[in-house]
Amino acid sequence: MSLNELLPLGVLASSLVPGLIIFTLPESRIRVRTVLNLLGALTKMILVGVLLAGVSAGEDYGFRHTVLPGLDLVFKADALALLFVTLSSVLWLFTTLYAIGYLEGAPHRSRFFGFFSLCVTATMGIAMAGNLFTFFVFYELLTLATFPLVVHRGTPQAMKGGTVYLAYTLGGGALLLTGIVWLHGLTGSVDFAYGGYLAGLDPAYEGQLKIAFLLLIAGVGVKAAIVPLHGWLPQAMVAPAPVSALLHAVAVVKAGAFGVVRIVYEVYGVEFAQGLDLLLPLAVAAAVTILWGSVRALFQDDLKKRLAFSTVSQVSYIVLGVALFGPLGTVGGLVHLVHQGIMKITLFFCAGNFAETLGIHKVSEMDGAGRRMPLTTLAFSIGALGMMGAPLTAGAVSKAWLMDGAGASGMDWAIGVLWTSSLLNAAYFLPILWRAWFRASPTSWPDEHIPARGRRETAWLLLLPPLVTAAAVLVAGMFAGAEWSPLSWALLIADREYLLWRS
Amino acid sequence: MPDPFLDPLPWLILLPLAWGALAFVAGPGRGGGLALVGLTGQLGLALVLAVQVVESGARSHAVGGWGAPLGIDLLADGLAVAMLLLTQVVALPQAVYARAYFAQGAGQFWPLAGFLLAALNALFLSADLFNIYVTLELVSLAAVGLVALGGKPGQVAAALRYLLVSLTTSGAYLMGVALIYGVYGTVSLATLAPLVTHQPPLAVWLAVGLMGLGLLAKTALFPFHFWLPPAHGGAAAPVSALLSALVVKASFYLLLRLALGPFVSLAAEAALLLGMLGAVAILWGSWQALRTVHIKMLVAWSTVAQLGYLFLAFPLLAADGLALQAGVMQALAHGLAKAAMFAAAGVLMLATGRDTLAGLAGAAGRVPLTLFAFALAGITLMGLPPSGGFLAKWLLIDAALHQGQVGWVVVVIGGGLLAAGYVFRVLRQAFLHGPPEAPIQPVHPVSRSMEWATFLLAAASVLLGLRGVELVALLERGMP
Repeated sequence: MSLNELLPLGVLASSLVPGLIIFTLPESRIRVRTVLNLLGALTKMILVGVLLAGVSAGEDYGFRHTVLPGLDLVFKADALALLFVTLSSVLWLFTTLYAIGYLEGAPHRSRFFGFFSLCVTATMGIAMAGNLFTFFVFYELLTLATFPLVVHRGTPQAMKGGTVYLAYTLGGGALLLTGIVWLHGLTGSVDFAYGGYLAGLDPAYEGQLKIAFLLLIAGVGVKAAIVPLHGWLPQAMVAPAPVSALLHAVAVVKAGAFGVVRIVYEVYGVEFAQGLDLLLPLAVAAAVTILWGSVRALFQDDLKKRLAFSTVSQVSYIVLGVALFGPLGTVGGLVHLVHQGIMKITLFFCAGNFAETLGIHKVSEMDGAGRRMPLTTLAFSIGALGMMGAPLTAGAVSKAWLMDGAGASGMDWAIGVLWTSSLLNAAYFLPILWRAWFRASPTSWPDEHIPARGRRETAWLLLLPPLVTAAAVLVAGMFAGAEWSPLSWALLIADREYLLWRS
Repeated sequence: MPDPFLDPLPWLILLPLAWGALAFVAGPGRGGGLALVGLTGQLGLALVLAVQVVESGARSHAVGGWGAPLGIDLLADGLAVAMLLLTQVVALPQAVYARAYFAQGAGQFWPLAGFLLAALNALFLSADLFNIYVTLELVSLAAVGLVALGGKPGQVAAALRYLLVSLTTSGAYLMGVALIYGVYGTVSLATLAPLVTHQPPLAVWLAVGLMGLGLLAKTALFPFHFWLPPAHGGAAAPVSALLSALVVKASFYLLLRLALGPFVSLAAEAALLLGMLGAVAILWGSWQALRTVHIKMLVAWSTVAQLGYLFLAFPLLAADGLALQAGVMQALAHGLAKAAMFAAAGVLMLATGRDTLAGLAGAAGRVPLTLFAFALAGITLMGLPPSGGFLAKWLLIDAALHQGQVGWVVVVIGGGLLAAGYVFRVLRQAFLHGPPEAPIQPVHPVSRSMEWATFLLAAASVLLGLRGVELVALLERGMP
């Protein structure tokens, strides 16, 4: 087996193997568990680094195993896969650090970190899947591996959230499988390819292809929380904060959005999808989701619920970018895949800090939190401003490309949608910032667990991850033109999809 | 094969017979170690046989040098070898499990298990209708003995009901065999194949009907499933595992062999009906599994549902090899997964001291490995990738789409969701924290070997899904 085959497997194994070992560790082996977690995360980062260097130099990485005659498990680490792989492996490292701090002293940590590692493995598999079958394998694995995390607290409320989550995601999986089998019946097992592989099919099948598209998009749309398939996301908020971070930024909703990207670009091909009149309905669904999520977020007093509806809205930016026919929208959507991840994870880390440190769960309890926890609130503010698309943040870059894309593709109404969404974002984020920074602190916090000590407002492991990701939000915004920025990588992918549109 | 003495075929039957007999001589409760040695040998033999068949095709063995029509022929083709492999792969971990499970006294478990395995292996290798009858009867008697093993009133009642069903169905089958012999003057499958025409005499129709009904009832296809949940749900955990994983598969295997072999033209007439009954079984079995409050009954009802998938293959058999592959894959995957699931249920019941789902609250923290095994087996039953159950469903869907019979696709995918419903009934209970006011129940210490044996079976059922190519290669060898 050559090195180019081994590397993608290594990326999978670097979280799978530590995860499986962690399952067998007794609760008390904290140090071994931590070392394994970090060793896995660092190994993965190194492997991903090698892959990034190789892919930008034009190297091909892939692995193939035949499961049945005519059915292959295929991994390929191409530019698009690496966009998601890099995002997830970097955020995995920070989420792991955060979770170690967050769960200090909590029960069932071996189980937690074991499934956590499985989730990341599944995400890597989704990112590197080289055909629809492989994508489906890991898409379902992700569902199974996240369920124990969602119900981790074991309360009846958590169970309810978990059951709703399962009902939605397994139902979505069934739709996805139907769509995949349908296409398999028409074409056999075909690998993802730039520009899609369905365009050459007999025009008589167009009707079937449209139905299959609907099934596939509905299948991945459940995880991407496209309205009306988003009902599980606010319910899943009962999970602990690191899990929410995982669901919203690292793995689950991203897996759905990423699925949309693969299906539109590399199964149907963007031109063929446009030819079948599939992109406009997708754009409309995304626009409805963007607005509906923002409007619902306005009315949530529960902080994590407000963030959840905000995710519903923001993830559909990616879908909208994909659905805007043209390279500019593609770049906007792809870059937002990364930007939304770092912004939303910052917000969830901070929300977790407020809850763990002061017992703040509601927006109405945020008064004066900025004075007690200035660094956390600063990070939160950067994330929130990014979501609104404020200048100098990563969000501004995404939004600029999306709006250009909307203009270039003649969908001017989409520009209106994006502006409206920005205003709504401001309407539900600014009051939080206002309360935190400018209102007086109450005499006592709802439930203060971690007392302030000198300049340390909360535990270091809780504080550092959001600060780093908040810094990343600014760096990705200010240095978007740099060679190593997410934007440059998105441009590289768009180049390959649209065959040198810039030249 | 130069030396018939070294041929694995007869040894696969003689070896379990030998350790079963020795265990009987050794006295109640003894013989577990012997069984482990014997089963390891059997597994080795089955693997050797599989390699031989893949390399040089199906072959037969004339017992004692006397071939048909006077003597008995043993036939090993790809289908038979696949079932033999399943049997030995399930039996070995189950023996490890049973040694720990029956630490307080196994009664006559080991002799009965030995006879059961010998009869099963002989059944899979049988090449004539009468031999099949004999082995079928032996399998049933050993199985009835195993169900009654614990001697509790419920078990004895279930065993008696099971015995009654077994005798009736075997009787029906035997009558069919007699009619066939009367018409054609032979019971050899190979000789019969060219004789049975599209328009056979009425007696043959009657015979095929009797044999078919007998075998369907033994396979517990809806509406003949009534005997299965009490028998499988009530027996000791290692027994339930052997019954659900292997014994019901034996009669399915015979149906498949007869439908593909001598009676292929007649079976096509009933294929659609079998498929529809299979679909109803999936719905009814899942529905009951969603309702029951006892963990082992849930697993037993799930067997009723999963057996339904086996019969979805029949309406699709005619066109190509896909449906046969699907049926065999489902039989193997379900065999491994269900053995694991009954074993896991046994561990959970020991660990919590309760036999209800409600009693499982909080079990995740106590026997995590077993719960993980239950979940893995559940993945196979739900038909989620990369399990063997998934491949079976994929093949079935593929076959249905190829033949334009889209209705079966809906059944398969819907059945998977129903399975998810009952599997997660168990899993979510285990994640619940127990109510704070209830005292934490004492946990019986559970032997690690039981947990690991369970886990191995479950892992095998999932990993099977990565090795579909080998199964397909095996099945291509000497299909009738």
